[in-house]
Amino acid sequence: MNSSNHIGSPESPKKGRREFINYLLGGSFAAWLISIVYPIYHFLEPPKVEEVKVSNLKVGKVGDMEKESGKIVKFGSKPVLVVRTAAGDYKAFSATCTHLDCIVQYRKDYGQIYCACHNGRYDLNGRNISGPPPAPLAKYNIAIKGDEVIVFKDES
Amino acid sequence: MIELTSLKKRISAWIDERYEISNLISYMKKKSVPKFRATFWYYLGGITLLLFIVQVVSGILLLMYYKGTENLAFESVQFINTKVYFGWLIRSIHSWSANLMILGAFLHMFSVFFLRSYRKPRELTWYTGFILLLLGFGFGFSGYLLPWNELAYFATKVGTDIVKQVPFVGHYFMVLLRGGEEVTGATLSRFYGFHVAVLPAIFTVFLTAHLMFIQRQGIHEPEDWKNKSESERSYMPFFPNFLLRDLLLWLIVINILAILAVFFPWELGQKANAFAPAPKGIRPEWYFMFMFQTLKYIPGKVWFIDGELLGIGFFGIAGFLWFMLPFWDKRTKIGIRNKLLNYIGIIVIMFIIVLTILGYVLE
Repeated sequence: MNSSNHIGSPESPKKGRREFINYLLGGSFAAWLISIVYPIYHFLEPPKVEEVKVSNLKVGKVGDMEKESGKIVKFGSKPVLVVRTAAGDYKAFSATCTHLDCIVQYRKDYGQIYCACHNGRYDLNGRNISGPPPAPLAKYNIAIKGDEVIVFKDES
Repeated sequence: MIELTSLKKRISAWIDERYEISNLISYMKKKSVPKFRATFWYYLGGITLLLFIVQVVSGILLLMYYKGTENLAFESVQFINTKVYFGWLIRSIHSWSANLMILGAFLHMFSVFFLRSYRKPRELTWYTGFILLLLGFGFGFSGYLLPWNELAYFATKVGTDIVKQVPFVGHYFMVLLRGGEEVTGATLSRFYGFHVAVLPAIFTVFLTAHLMFIQRQGIHEPEDWKNKSESERSYMPFFPNFLLRDLLLWLIVINILAILAVFFPWELGQKANAFAPAPKGIRPEWYFMFMFQTLKYIPGKVWFIDGELLGIGFFGIAGFLWFMLPFWDKRTKIGIRNKLLNYIGIIVIMFIIVLTILGYVLE
């Protein structure tokens, strides 16, 4: 009884020592926990993979695509929609719908760009005109060299 | 014959001496189930459990042939479907049983809701059950991608993109799920890991708790029995009456499962292609359909809030309130009938059914 009183009393030097040990153990435990959680946390973060930088892409001859048609090309790792309008002009947009990431397509019957996932529509300037898409499609540029159609992206 | 009985006795005496199972047996003998007009609904939890067991067994079988990489996933499922003996059957059973399990869980949840079985002292059974349902959704969402077909690819793109809309942490979690910015082979690897390791481990913990709560507390008695005298209540012993009925029902469910799996085998579709336009009829599994369809009706911007965000916020809050039901349902807690809850339950069910049907009809 006496000895336990002695340990519990505030003046007791043993109490300070005990607190110190508690802090030491608690702190070590926290540090140990961090040393486990930190590597796992970072392990789960996918490393950045070097992407092949593409600045332009030949998509074919001017006459290859029919008027009022579209096709999807691989621009590096990004899908790009190339559209040939009724007038015969070429246009190119990011094929990734701004709504929820689906791949859009040109619909001849609508004369518009269409996303089948949620019925989103864009006009031939890439503007979102109906359905859920919140923003226009990103534009890519078209250059025609000779009879070669080239898609390129402004780096600015 | 006499020798055999004495052998049985000796064995049970040997076990009892070490593990004291006679307590357990006498406890189980007392176990009973209330007998009233809604007793049927008490079987749904058991059916869901059966279908989960079917999932574990058929899933382990599929693991023998499935290959979880971008180049081989689709082909390996094709191989299972066409070359492996009964492969088509095992895969079809796995898909059908998954869907029936979620359906069973839904029905089980709503029966618990309407019978008020979640009320004190069974709050934790409701909470763990709800978490099990969410984990079931996780199983469905991750398993859907594994065949690496076109429908699943786009459904996963959409599903994980929705995660991105959550403020602040959304993008981080999307990358965590996808294993990168896009849905790629890295996503497939992760989903495979979630589906066969992470989720089963977590699920086992919650399922064990859920079942132990039920064993410990016994099965919920109807609310109006509180005002009834002992003679007006009737019970059915769990062993063997309820158990035999349970087993009969399990047999029926397994037969239904076999019929569905054989006559409506699960389709595989086209291999996923990141550079092809999304096909018409992109849709998630049916149990996500009501949410998917709701998102279609919300415009891109409502006032200044993003439409998607509004949808996620709505379902997030609704789901949370549903989860917290035992907490805010004060009336039922003190034993007063709460008719408002019945209306809420019916509205929720109608909402889910109507939007699900719209999702399939308006394709």
